[in-house]
Amino acid sequence: MMLRVASVEPLSPLVTKFRFVHPDGAALPLFSGGAHVVVEMPDGEMIRRNAYSLVSDPMDGSGYEIAVRREDLGRGGSLYMHTRVAEGDLLGVGAPANLFGLDLRARKHVLVAGGIGITPFIAQIRQLTRLQLPFELHYCARSRSEAAGLALLPDLPQVHVHISDEGNRMDPAEVLSGQPLGTHAYTCGPEGLVAAMADAGARLGWPEAALHSETFLAPPPGKPFRVTLARSALTLTVGPDQSLLEALEAAGVDAPWLCRGGVCGQCETAVLSCHGRIEHHDHWLDDDEKAAQTKIMPCVSRFQGQDLILDR
Amino acid sequence: MTLRFNDETFRGDYTYHNSAAAVRRFPFPFDQDSYMYSVNIEPHRPTRAGSVFEHRFDVDEHYVAEMQDRAITLADDPLRCQSLPHMELAGWDFLELVMVCKSEDYPDMFTLHRDGDRWHWINRPLGIDQRFTFMDTSTLPCGPLEYIGRQTQGDHALLDQREGNLWMDAGIVTSQADWSLDFNIGMNFFEWHAPVPKAHELGIFQRALKFLTNVQQGKPSRRLNWTMTVNPRLDTSPENYHKWGPEKRTITPENVGAKQYLRVELQSFYRLPRSNALVFPIRCYLISLEDLVTVPKWGRRFHRVLRDLPDELAEYKGFAVNRSMIVDYLARFDDGAETSAGIFPD
Amino acid sequence: MAGTAFTPSILSRPVYAGLVSRGATPAIMLAEGEGALALMALADHDPAVMGHAHIIHIPAGTGHGAALQALGPAMYHEGPTLPAVLPRLRKALGDAHMGTALYIAGTEGVIGQVTAEALAAGVAAGAISTEHHGGAARRMQCVHCKGITEDVVTDPFICSHCGLSLFVRDHFSRRLGAFQGVCVDAETPGQIPAMQEIRP
Ligand code: FES
Repeated sequence: MMLRVASVEPLSPLVTKFRFVHPDGAALPLFSGGAHVVVEMPDGEMIRRNAYSLVSDPMDGSGYEIAVRREDLGRGGSLYMHTRVAEGDLLGVGAPANLFGLDLRARKHVLVAGGIGITPFIAQIRQLTRLQLPFELHYCARSRSEAAGLALLPDLPQVHVHISDEGNRMDPAEVLSGQPLGTHAYTCGPEGLVAAMADAGARLGWPEAALHSETFLAPPPGKPFRVTLARSALTLTVGPDQSLLEALEAAGVDAPWLCRGGVCGQCETAVLSCHGRIEHHDHWLDDDEKAAQTKIMPCVSRFQGQDLILDR
Repeated sequence: MTLRFNDETFRGDYTYHNSAAAVRRFPFPFDQDSYMYSVNIEPHRPTRAGSVFEHRFDVDEHYVAEMQDRAITLADDPLRCQSLPHMELAGWDFLELVMVCKSEDYPDMFTLHRDGDRWHWINRPLGIDQRFTFMDTSTLPCGPLEYIGRQTQGDHALLDQREGNLWMDAGIVTSQADWSLDFNIGMNFFEWHAPVPKAHELGIFQRALKFLTNVQQGKPSRRLNWTMTVNPRLDTSPENYHKWGPEKRTITPENVGAKQYLRVELQSFYRLPRSNALVFPIRCYLISLEDLVTVPKWGRRFHRVLRDLPDELAEYKGFAVNRSMIVDYLARFDDGAETSAGIFPD
Repeated sequence: MAGTAFTPSILSRPVYAGLVSRGATPAIMLAEGEGALALMALADHDPAVMGHAHIIHIPAGTGHGAALQALGPAMYHEGPTLPAVLPRLRKALGDAHMGTALYIAGTEGVIGQVTAEALAAGVAAGAISTEHHGGAARRMQCVHCKGITEDVVTDPFICSHCGLSLFVRDHFSRRLGAFQGVCVDAETPGQIPAMQEIRP
């Protein structure tokens, strides 16, 4: 659907909030806490598609809100949002999908966010509050000025803020210990934080199924590479700031996708021949599959070497 | 559209019947002259005016009688409708989906007024006029799943999605083909399909699960499944198997055309918005062999399908004991002529 | 492999992989009959598991009590039957925190019921370790009357509640901790096949 940008609001020097509404004022589909939408950005010849967590109220269809952090070293999607999108613009926005949902059976939900990783939890807190379910949230940021999440978080006793500059770093073991049976913990943030929580959980004997993390990725930039598509009888060059999936789309090749972040498995593509090394960046294939180099996830993964032939 | 509802029963004297129009729109499940178990999923879009695929929740001449039959079954055994506590939100999502679809697709029968959380629902065929507060169960006579399930043809399972799997955590199930909600509730996709022969080895459920966990909001899917039932009975539950089982052995060459029914399930899958759960409506259609053969293409094709079906599938679908009588009967309607592609009558 | 070796079956049939130590975390351990041997092997392999362990033991005619106590668990309790120890088990589960490991060793019926209790209390399936010891008897739910018949050793068998003759379906419900029993002569009342002994 094409939605109108209703407001652009800076939350911190690096993070800006965008609100989208239907041009006719129609209600948008509701969603569950942790859901994301894919925003389409027409950029010259190509259409960039980036996934962003929704930060607005899941039960409010009057508009969608996202918070975007400017990544100066990224492929340009977030820069585009920050520099080229203004109030009144029309942008394509996909239907919400959720790959980081709450386990609603949980007796208690422990949410741990680092930096911009706060975004999926904003909508989840609203959902948990509406359902009257017990939770606690820990938000970690380096400094108060960078802590854009402060502007999004409600003032509730369950919300704990840890600013490392101010000397109150979060201790993962302290957060996880003593939680009642049936608690689920969710982490979203830098890889170091996700790993620290997984570590502490393992040491405290938490079962893996109770430790969730949002391992959502932005497609990393890289060196350009060539790829041959057997079924379409095409050879393409994937540019440095382009993902393989984007290159397929630009060439008009039909390729499925859902998350565009290496999580959902939807874009999985068979590799027919590979002389070189696939740079697997996804969280979908297991280690053996990655080593075999017979499958690739075009939304995030790249290639270096002589030739790569795909079943597309 | 004006629909006349049949006065009919699905038990006892079995007065269930299909009008000529209902026979023509029956969802015959075979698009070729042979059958193999497959996933065969397609988008659930409005297809072919007048067919059972025209609307998202088909309402037909059996609606009122089916809802009466469900009420009898639920009074006998309330465990046919259950919801684990975390599924209430999905129940509300499902109630909204049905009310919105039916009031849009059948405005002469169903009306929904919404003013914020204050909703007003009118179901004319069943004579229901209900004002309630959305997401407040105390304003409905029962939970949301049971409330709307008592007004919607077909069984409905609510599937929670987590750990990359789907979990059968709620449902209203009174016309099932031999599975027990009370036993299966809480199971994951592989567990509740465990008794299906062969398909696991073929990797069918792996592929189906991958597809289903990716079903997106606003993009429902559907598939057809089938089995055979003696007498037009909706409640062929394992719970009551010892009560209806003897009827299976009452088929004779003389009565097979009238008593033996093809039972087709129109299964659909919708992603629900607030809960991220899936709802899995399983709508059952019944047609007697003698009605089915009034469409010559179906008579020919059904004969060929059943004649060539592997024994273990006939066994699994529970009609092996009557198979030869069924095939002999159908053979009389198969002149060997070619059949056209697709499921619809010529 | 530790414990009883079963023939491969359908996917809803539980697999008892043998007790595997989850380290020196708080633990609830329930052993019935020869299942006590599994706890001894576990402690032998990793003595640290006993430091915070609460052992609930149902001897069921075996004499392993003293040996279990000698493993030095933090708490030890002996009870005559599962129903007798259930209140204690429920209290232990209610007091437990995330990270508590659960070890269950014994017959299929006991494993099934204790697992169902634990899941209902919020324990994740991944925190439960099981090992089968004892006969191949099964715990069966009658799909018709919903009554549970314990220690079923023949197929078909007679439902101890409604009296129907039921055949043993491999289909297993973790929520109920039981297999499914379905009327064997539903279509041909009175024609009941000869009983056979259930094998693992
Ligand atoms: S689109 Fe989800 S893994 Fe590639």
